[in-house]
Formats: sequence, C-alpha cells, structure tokens
Amino acid sequence: MATLTFKDFKSDQEVRWCPGCGDHAVLAALQRALPKVSQALGYDKERYVVVSGIGCSSRLPYYMDTYGFHSIHGRATAVSTGIKVANPWLTVWQACGDGDALAIGGNHFIHAIRRNIDINIILFNNQIYGLTKGQYSPTSKFGAITKTSPYGTVEHPFNPGSLVLGAKGTFFARSLDVELKLNEEIMTAAALHDGCSVMEMLTNCVIFNDGAHKNLSDPAVKADHTIILRQGERMIFGKNRDRGLIYDGRKIRAVRIGEGGFTEEDVLIHDAHSDNIGIHMALADMKGPDYPVALGVIRDVKDITYDDGVRDQVKDVMTKSKIHSVDDLLHSGSTWEVE
Amino acid sequence: MQHKVIDAKDVVIRFAGDSGDGMQLTGSLFADMSAIYGNGLSTFPDYPAEIRAPHGTVSGVSGFQVHIGSGKVNTPGDFCDLLVAMNPAALKANAKWCKRHAMILVDEDAFDEAGMKKAGFVTENPFTELGVEDRTLIVSPITTLTRESLKDSGMDPKAILKCKNMFTLGMACYIYNRPLEYIYAYLEKKFAKKHPEVIEPNKKVLFDGFNYAANIQVIPNTYTVAPAEHVQKGTYRNITGNQATAWGLLAASEKSGLPLFCGSYPITPATAILEELALHKSLGAKTLQAEDEIAGICTAIGASYAGNLAVTTTSGPGLSLKSEAMGLAVMAELPLVVVDVQRGGPSTGLPTKTEQSDLNQALYGRNGECPMAVVAAHSPAHCFDAAFQAAKIALEHMTPVLLLSEGFLGNGSEPWRIPAMKDYPEIKPPFVRGILPEGERFKPFERDPETLVRRWALPGQRGFEHRVGGLEKTHAGVLSTDPANHALMVAERAEKVARIARDLPALELQNGPDSGKLLVVGWGGTYGHILSAVHELGEGVSYVHFDYINPLPANTEEVFSRFGKILVCELNSGQFADYLRAQFPGKDIRKFNKVQGQPFLVSELVAAIQKEM
Repeated sequence: MATLTFKDFKSDQEVRWCPGCGDHAVLAALQRALPKVSQALGYDKERYVVVSGIGCSSRLPYYMDTYGFHSIHGRATAVSTGIKVANPWLTVWQACGDGDALAIGGNHFIHAIRRNIDINIILFNNQIYGLTKGQYSPTSKFGAITKTSPYGTVEHPFNPGSLVLGAKGTFFARSLDVELKLNEEIMTAAALHDGCSVMEMLTNCVIFNDGAHKNLSDPAVKADHTIILRQGERMIFGKNRDRGLIYDGRKIRAVRIGEGGFTEEDVLIHDAHSDNIGIHMALADMKGPDYPVALGVIRDVKDITYDDGVRDQVKDVMTKSKIHSVDDLLHSGSTWEVE
Repeated sequence: MQHKVIDAKDVVIRFAGDSGDGMQLTGSLFADMSAIYGNGLSTFPDYPAEIRAPHGTVSGVSGFQVHIGSGKVNTPGDFCDLLVAMNPAALKANAKWCKRHAMILVDEDAFDEAGMKKAGFVTENPFTELGVEDRTLIVSPITTLTRESLKDSGMDPKAILKCKNMFTLGMACYIYNRPLEYIYAYLEKKFAKKHPEVIEPNKKVLFDGFNYAANIQVIPNTYTVAPAEHVQKGTYRNITGNQATAWGLLAASEKSGLPLFCGSYPITPATAILEELALHKSLGAKTLQAEDEIAGICTAIGASYAGNLAVTTTSGPGLSLKSEAMGLAVMAELPLVVVDVQRGGPSTGLPTKTEQSDLNQALYGRNGECPMAVVAAHSPAHCFDAAFQAAKIALEHMTPVLLLSEGFLGNGSEPWRIPAMKDYPEIKPPFVRGILPEGERFKPFERDPETLVRRWALPGQRGFEHRVGGLEKTHAGVLSTDPANHALMVAERAEKVARIARDLPALELQNGPDSGKLLVVGWGGTYGHILSAVHELGEGVSYVHFDYINPLPANTEEVFSRFGKILVCELNSGQFADYLRAQFPGKDIRKFNKVQGQPFLVSELVAAIQKEM
C-alpha cells in the first residue's frame, strides 16, 4: 500500500465554489483526513467512493480524485446505501446540504440512520438554499428573512443532531467549517466508526446567509459560545476555561467553576461511547444564550450495521439452503414429469 | 338419474366468495392439482384491493378462475362451466360469466335474508333475478354440512367455518373426477410444522365434500379432462408471472456472475417479486425493502454503480415516483432493470386489476431526451425469459431497461417446462480490463464505435477513478454545458438504445400467411387471448406479437410492409398503436382497445378482428 497524501485526493477539476465559501475548508479537511484514515485502516485510494445529492456542497465529488457519484436531489443517502450493500468492502463518503438531506431527502436520511448502514455523511449546514440563490431551508432560524420568506419564516427549524439521535444514530459530530483541525479529527473518528456517521458541518454561505454562524465562529465570542467535547475530558469551556457543564439531578446546566459551590470535580466528563443517548441528546440540543453549542464527536457507539447484517444473512442462508444454483431453484418444490 | 362421465376438451371453473373465504387458495389448489395431473392450464385471480372488504358485499367478492384442458391452454377462459359462489354477492358479481350450460354451485346457508339484502337482491329468487335459472343449479347447505363434518374435530366454530372452501373443493373434485391425493399431500406439507392439528380435519371435510357431491343426485354428469397430449417431454412445474420474473432475474445474475440486488417498496401487484427474491439469499440475492419507491430505485442505482445486477420492482404509481431516478440511470449509463407490473390507472386507479396503460410512461415518462429500452412479457412463464433478456440488455448495453409485466401475468399461472440453464447464453458486461497506462485517465463515457456502449469500471478498481452523475458530461466524464457536446451526447444515448435492435430476435408471425390484407398486432399479456382468437378464426389471420417495444425488432417495418392494414389490440386507449403510427407514418394502423381493468375476452377479439377482415 502506497502512502497517500492530501494531493492524492485532489482532482484535476477546478473548484467552483464562491470565494470565501465554507465548503472549501470542509473539502480541505476531508482531503487531509483521508490519508490518515488510509494509514490507520490500510485503505487504498480506489476503495473510496464519494456520493452526493444536489446543491452547492454536492459538487464535492468532482473535487475528490476518487470514485464519485453526483446523484439527484435528496437521494444521495439511498445511492450510498446501495453502493455499500452491493460492496461492503468500499468505504462510502457522502456530501449533502441541509436542504438535500433534511428537506427533499429527509426520508432517506432518517432511514439510513435507523438502519445504521456504514456510510459517512457530511451534512453541510449553511441554513440556506445557496444553489437556487437564497431561499430558506429546514434549518433556517424561525423568522429568517429570505427570498421565499420576505416577511420571515413562520416554521421551526430542525436541529440535525436531535434528528439523528432521535433516529437512534450511532455517530453524531458537529463542527464549524473554520475548525480545520477539529474537522480532520471528526472525519477520522467517523471513518473508524462502524455504522452510519453523521457529521454536521456548520458552513458559512458568504453570498446568501453570511455570518449565520458568526456567534460561534467569531474569535471574540467563540470560546464562550461553544464547547469542544473530547472523549474522557471534562466539559469545560469559556475564554478563561472557567465554565463547565454539570448535571444537577434533573438536567444539564452551564455553571461557572468556583461559584455557587461548583468545583472542577462537579463538571461532567464526556463519554461519546456511553449507551446513555439521553445525555447525548441533551448535549446536541444545547444552544445559546444559556448554553454553549456543542462541537466535536457527541455520540459514537457500537451497534449492528445494516451492511454486515445483509452480508451475514446471505452467507448464513447459503450454508443452510439446499438451493445453490438456478437449476436447483427451478426444480425445487412441486414438479412433474411428462414422458 | 343416469350418471354420465363426459370427456371434455377443456373446462373453466370460477371460484368466488368473500375476500376472506379462501377462494384464491381453493382455485390455486385446483390448478396445481390439474397441472400435476398433466392438464394444460391458465389461471386468473380477480380480487378486491381490500384484504377483508365488507363482508357479503359485491365489492368484496374475490374470484379465481381456472381453465384446464387436454391441450395447451392460452387463456383463463372467457366464460365458465362451473361457478362456485359462496354467498349471494359472489353469485351476483359472477353470474354474467356463466356459459349457457354452466353449473352453478352455491352455499344455500349464505342465501338468507340478510345475505340477499347485502348483495342487493330485490326479489326472493336470486337465480331468476339474474336470469340464470335455466343453468344447472346445485344448491347445497355447505356451511351446515361443513359443521356436521367437523363437529367431532375439536376445532372451534370459527375455524370450522374456514373449512367451507375445502368442502366445496371436494365437490368440484367429484364433478371433474380429480384425485384427492394431491390435495392431501399439500395439506400435510403446508400444516406439518405450525398446525398439524388441522391436517386431518381438512382432509376429512374435503373427502366429505367429494362424497356428498357423489350422493346427492343433482349433478347430472361429471367430466374428465384428459392430460394434454403431444406435450414436449420434460420436467414441468406451475409458475406465476411474478415468480418467473424473480427467477429470470436470478438466472441473469448467475449467467453474468454478478450478485443480484433488488431495492423495492411493496406495491400491488408487484410485491410478490420482492418477496420471492427475498427467499433466495442462497443464490446471493440481496433484497432491500426501501423506505419508499424512490429509495428503491436509488439504492439499486448505487448497487449498479458498485457492480451488482441491480433491479427495482414496482407498479404504475411507483413507476411515476421513480421517473427522475430512471433519468439518472440513463444519464449515468448504468445497467438497471425496472420491473413495472402494470395495474389499472391513473393514480391509485384499480390496484388489483390488470391493464397495459403504463406504456407511454415507460417510453416517455421522464424529463429531457431520455431513451428507455422497453421489454414486455407475454405470459406468466414468459416472464422468466423476459426478465432474463431485460437484464442481459441492461448489462451488455449499459442502460436501464424497463420490463413491463401486468397484474394478469404476475398473478396468473401456467405450467412451464423447466429449462436448463446450460441452454441460456452467458451475459458479458463491458468491464474495463487491465490497467491504464501511466498518466492516462479513464474516460467513462468513451464508447464502443459499433454499439456506442461505454465501458464499466467498478469502484475498487485501481486507476479507474471517475465520477458519474446527472449532469451532462463529455466522453472524458468532465462536466460540460457546451452546446455541441450536449447535442452529441443526446444523439449518442438515443442511438445506443436504438442499436440494441441488432441483438434482438426478428419479429415472427404467430399465425397466418406472410402477407395479406390484415395483420393483427399485440404486445404483452394479451398474447394468449389474441392467439386463441386468431386460432378460432383459422389459418387465414396473420398475427405478430411484440416482446420488444423499444427498440422494435429490426424487421418490423419490413413485416408491416407486407400487409394492407394493421389492427393493434391492447388493454389501454391505443398507446402502442400511437407509437407505431409515429414510427411508421402512412401505414393504416387501427386500434382495438379495452380499458376495464380486465383482460380481453377471446370472443371480443374474434368479433373485432372479423370486422376488419
């Protein structure tokens, strides 16, 4: 196996996203993560397939020098599922936007999670329809003013994390486009996770929704408005690392360490591998002003995967059945002879 | 009364009752038994969309017609020699299907005031009200007799009532001199594991029904239908169209060496194909019951990209949902078999009734210039070959293929001489071979100059990394909106499908002289009916039947040129006729259509053809 570098994953195609679009950074993180994944798992480049639906972010397969399938709007998850079931040896990555995965493709998205098919879904969430030039999406904030909601939306957004964990997702991570290093970490963890991995990338659309995630990405407030969760580490955040998440017997609370009798010992330790989906849901649901938004791998647990299940069942039936060829099949059951 | 045993060439029996009365099972048993006995046969289940439609109502009547003969039987028969009606509603719904000399067997116990009212009878005599009082009426208290037969069985009263159909089947077996042993064996096999306690009661009630019929002296004659003569030697089985479709796909999987992947969503009347494939994991078949019709086809497209023989199965409304994804398969030039078991439409339409009205959708129902290869099955057993051919075309020509079946074919059954797989051709997809020279990139849409087929590189093959998708591309696989490139690719995709005709068998006359005034034309599941009609009219009527719809067989124009006018018979408003008119302008192409959710009657076809002769 040759050692791969990020250059091996760069295609010869011109990247056509707008200058300043958050998608550039996510692409770069993926091109940097895959060599590490390949190193860790012994994968060659031809083993990767990158699938997408329709939308700005769904152009990603053209920029990856791997096998790729740019499918139709909303259906990437179904195409990925078919690829993985047909050949579980392949490692499938999927790029899709908030409209693609959560509106038109919402059904496929939740069912892929329910089945726990071993694919890696990067969900580019810019809270807007970019390619159609600025209509609201299922993750746009309540009241968002867009071209199709000139007086503000009157509908609640999805929180993708709640949706994934509500469908009993086995892997959910969240990050920001600008967090290049964290994104590499998340993508590597997703690749190592056996099952359906969803990575929500909060991306900035410079043209139609600029600054949508500014209160999370602005260096001035970022440390107070976000918390990066790491396995086995205490949930401490804040510019001065003096705030923490504690459990008060009823719910998670954000407190100041050293105030109200709370010490560092009271701060929760993150366990993404815990069976307790309740705590992961609580973490995924957190938002300002009372809570920091959780970034990093929130949940990463083991469960049976669909592709393994299909493969094992076929193997099992093959061993037990008396029918091993179509000729056997044709002669099975009731037949009669004409002489 | 002097009892006679009459040798009949063929007979038609129609079992009808409430949708919970077990009529489908009764009919299937009679058919299977007759098949094993050596008769030619054809069956036609005709049932409501509801699993348990309102009890005792005409809309809830479920029927199963069996036509058995001592020769090859091409259709389930227009009219029946014996009608079994388990209640007044079943009689009312089916009396019109009785021949002039038919026998009508009814369960007297069901003809009480309430039952008569539910069925909408307004007089006291249902037979005179329906104008069938001159038929041979066998009015027997079947419910009472079944109760009596099983009173010591230990079964609960509800379970006993469910055995009424077996009593009736016993009576039918007497009328047609059928041995009971086959049904005994069936019952023993079916219930051995789960309900061994019901085997003996069912055998007893069947036997009692048989003896009751022998004793009552109201059945003037009984009949024998001799096993079919001049039948080709071999091993036979009975097969439904949906089962044959599933098996044909499995055969193509074996002959291509590619695992079968079926992504489907349950829909009447196609579901049995998915169910059948799900049974045969031992042949490597993977079935994915998708979250919806779109996921069905999209998982199949993904599986195709990864190198499986990919299939999705559906019926009309599901085909509508798959339209966009079928366009993707055309654009990505991936092999895919889409099976459409047609039912009455539009919209939800008549889910359990048969029709050929999805042809236009199959040919044209997508955005853009989107050529689709279309193949049609013509009989239940032919579904095997049609499915095999559809898969072969898809894999060798790198294109989606739409296989049209029909509810009538999918649910219908006929005896089938089991073929040997060694007689079927290998399927050879155009896989890339070897490795690319250093520095050279794989051009996914570069074409074979003869067939215009692109080459197939599978993910996992080193050096052949490439992208496919719904956007227009160049031969090199690079995105392009160049006007000339688009025009070229549109033309090439169309020509690629047109050149499939080079691999198709020539169109051959099924009946009649090579030239003349009139050519009768059919396609799909009307084959048996049209064949019977032209046989009835004699050797002077020329008839061709199309299994390949797009492209048409290469000699179609030449065959048409030998005839003055063409009469296209189909179960829609004339879709195939319009298609032929567009392809052969100036040709005198006429239509004979029926859109009632029912197959043709041979008699209607005879009259329609005679009118044009």
